[in-house]
Amino acid sequence: MSTDPAAPQAPGRTTGAPGARPAVGRSRAWIAWLFLLPALVLLGALVAYPIAYSVYRSLFDASGGAFVGLANYGEIFTDSGILTALRNNLIWVIVAPSLATALGLLFAVLTERIRWATAFKLIVFMPMAVSMLAAGITFRLVYEQDPERGVANAVWTGVHDTFAESSPWPGAQPREGAGLEPSDGGAFTTKATASAGEVALLPLVGIPPKEAAGAQRAEPAPRAEGGGVAGVVWLDFVRGGGSEHGRVDAGEKGLAGVKVEAVKDGKRIAEATSGPDGVFTLPPSADGAQLRLPASNFAAPYGGVDWLGPTLVTPAIIGSYVWMWAGFAMVLIAAGLAGIPRELLEAARMDGANEWQVFRRVTVPVLAPVLGVVFVTLVINVLKIFDLVYVIAPGATQSDANVLALQLYLSSFGSSADQGVGSAIAVVLLLLVVPVMVVNIRRLRRESQR
Amino acid sequence: MPTSLRGKGAGRLASVGLRGALVLAAVAALAVTAVGREETDEGSWAKEHRPTVRLPSLKGEKLQVAAVWTGPEEANFRRVLAEFERRTGATVEFVPTGDNVATYIGSKVEGGKPPDVVMVPQVGVVEQFAAKGWLKPLGPQARQQLEKNFSRGWQDLATYEGTRYGVYYKVANKSLIWYNTAAYRDAGVGEAKTWQQFLDDARTLTDSGVPAVSVGGADGWVLTDWFENIYLSQAGPDLYDKLAAHEIPWTHPSVGRALKTLGELFGERRLLAGGPRGALQTEFPASVTKAFGDLASPQAASVFEADFVGVNIAGDTNARIGKEAKAYPFPAVDGESPVVTAGDAAVVLRQSEGAQALLTFLASTDAAGIAAEAGGFLSPNRELDLAAYPDAVQRRIARALVSAGDDFRFDMSDQAPAAFGGTKGQGEWKALQDFLLKPHDVEGAQQNLEAAAAKAYEK
Repeated sequence: MSTDPAAPQAPGRTTGAPGARPAVGRSRAWIAWLFLLPALVLLGALVAYPIAYSVYRSLFDASGGAFVGLANYGEIFTDSGILTALRNNLIWVIVAPSLATALGLLFAVLTERIRWATAFKLIVFMPMAVSMLAAGITFRLVYEQDPERGVANAVWTGVHDTFAESSPWPGAQPREGAGLEPSDGGAFTTKATASAGEVALLPLVGIPPKEAAGAQRAEPAPRAEGGGVAGVVWLDFVRGGGSEHGRVDAGEKGLAGVKVEAVKDGKRIAEATSGPDGVFTLPPSADGAQLRLPASNFAAPYGGVDWLGPTLVTPAIIGSYVWMWAGFAMVLIAAGLAGIPRELLEAARMDGANEWQVFRRVTVPVLAPVLGVVFVTLVINVLKIFDLVYVIAPGATQSDANVLALQLYLSSFGSSADQGVGSAIAVVLLLLVVPVMVVNIRRLRRESQR
Repeated sequence: MPTSLRGKGAGRLASVGLRGALVLAAVAALAVTAVGREETDEGSWAKEHRPTVRLPSLKGEKLQVAAVWTGPEEANFRRVLAEFERRTGATVEFVPTGDNVATYIGSKVEGGKPPDVVMVPQVGVVEQFAAKGWLKPLGPQARQQLEKNFSRGWQDLATYEGTRYGVYYKVANKSLIWYNTAAYRDAGVGEAKTWQQFLDDARTLTDSGVPAVSVGGADGWVLTDWFENIYLSQAGPDLYDKLAAHEIPWTHPSVGRALKTLGELFGERRLLAGGPRGALQTEFPASVTKAFGDLASPQAASVFEADFVGVNIAGDTNARIGKEAKAYPFPAVDGESPVVTAGDAAVVLRQSEGAQALLTFLASTDAAGIAAEAGGFLSPNRELDLAAYPDAVQRRIARALVSAGDDFRFDMSDQAPAAFGGTKGQGEWKALQDFLLKPHDVEGAQQNLEAAAAKAYEK
């Protein structure tokens, strides 16, 4: 027997010509190594050496000259920015692959039943054909705050505005110093009380000239019949700004549709809405009441969700990732589904199982190996996520969306490059990927042994 | 009735997409023309003015010049290079460096083939290069042009340990308020001279229905420029220099005072287009289009930034500079009206007669005149006749810059280590973005700034 442990074991050769064996074995081993050499050199140069060098480099400081031991690793676990990246990576690894796999499973199972399954699958799979960078740029636009630019907010505000009333003069404000004080919830209330004999003046400002262009002139001296309280709500601003504040000047516009409430001791006793010339009249009971302009008059248009703000930025980016990768999961799972023996399902149905039970008790367990492969592949993919975060997160919230791979890049190649810390992050990332890899390889081995 | 414009969301998106495609096409076309256009049309400046500097004959010599410029800036620079080629017979090749000059030049020097001349956009990087011994000192002729045409402050900026290394060829005046003239007229306000007046006018503008200021808060450098202008005017040049060198901490009371002043604007949310949150999502180009994009109903009355806002106005909007769009100097806060600048310094990496001749030329009034007449260019050259600039607005910007003499200051964030003053999502950029959202937390902002600065400066 050859004692060279690397010598290829040739099964079925243990008998026959024992005298000639060692020589043959040795030359075989030599030839085998020769053939392996190019691959080994490549692997060594492109994989083993960079890993070893990263580990070595991570023990030195930014300039690469001074040995700092594990200080760079210490920095990873103390720097709040890098800790956020670690935490986000954890969220990513848990949420993104689960969501993508679950959606993939759902699509795969449902498309089994429909006629245009292939077309549907093609559409769901299509985002995979888009590069991460392009998808990132697209979603950056989708998540834009301004509903006129970001489609996510356009839909969101569209739904919102269907149910909520829009205000007649969004963004308007009472003229400062005109006796209207902010009260609870964005409303404004007069300090003084209204009386039947006087005209209640409620001057507003802050309305774009174009929006008030078509309004009627404000009525400077409205009168209420029968002892009621009369007043006027008007835009206390004329082009050029020359008008006197708090007085209805020539050329100033009345504001229609403004709701005015009369309030006594915190209780609403009457309300009126201003006409096209800005005039409103309240019944005599409003005499001596304070006048309140409720917030609904000026509520700024609903701006939608702050998708890329500090709290939602990571979920938003994960959403774009799932959009890309659910198709991948679906195709693999559908392939696995096609391989399930139909008899199994039929047998279950014959035994009286309903569709949910069939799915839960038969389909999913039989599919488990495929689901595992999909999940693990996605986990590895997600651990190194970089492009989507780099492209989608705006500068102000980049640190809230940070992940390890992005921090690695920022630390090593940013303007204040510290490749020591960068290498340390790379090593940590490697350590995180290795167990998942091991699981994957074990599984593959088990499959091939079967 | 002022119902909101939403519901057009999808249509708008489509038009954005179309515009994006158009921009791409335009960029591609530019790239093509940039390659094909070695000789650009010569303006009239070179013909109408006699040369003020004598250049050697450099027949057959080849020079390489690297700069960050692309698009119109590159085209402008090529015109200047063409004149240099005409007068010396040398061949000059222009090499774009991409965004990060320091990294690009670093790799070229390591590789042993640096370009002959490079335009460096940060003071800190000039010093860094000089400290590494990469830069070659200016020759006598170039020095003579520099001393004749530039105020002492500009000469000193590209000086390292007593040796002059560079010429500030192209600079930016970062102390300007650009405004929509119609919005100002409708509100009945004029150009503010003082910060208090600026705030009062801002309120009047907002009352008139147009939010006073649009702030491109998504780009951190816009916010650092706001702070620097207020700080320079309020605390004065000496403290400014100390803070730039981190000789005083960011927890210094003068910083708190400046932040409080800035908070007077940022804290009154209705004065900002879209409020602080909207500002934080607005990138610089979008902040310009907010003020000048829709001339009939602008989303903001004014936008603060540098002279290069003019390039965005000309490129992205229908507003005409001098008609619908004008600019005035940043209002004085407590002291003088500030002049904060930035600029590109030409430095020599490979010593040769040609490289020195090119620097001599770039320091001369001839080069400045050719570049200025094409527009979108500002020179600190005090000998340059202001008539060279194509319009009154640019003339006024140039006058403000030159008349500041030595009281101008270079952009502080460009002097700081990049980790503090020039990195997205980090340091000063991030701290001021947080401040924009919480303008009343001056102390917290100061502590964030100091923590980030301490870390960045120690390296």
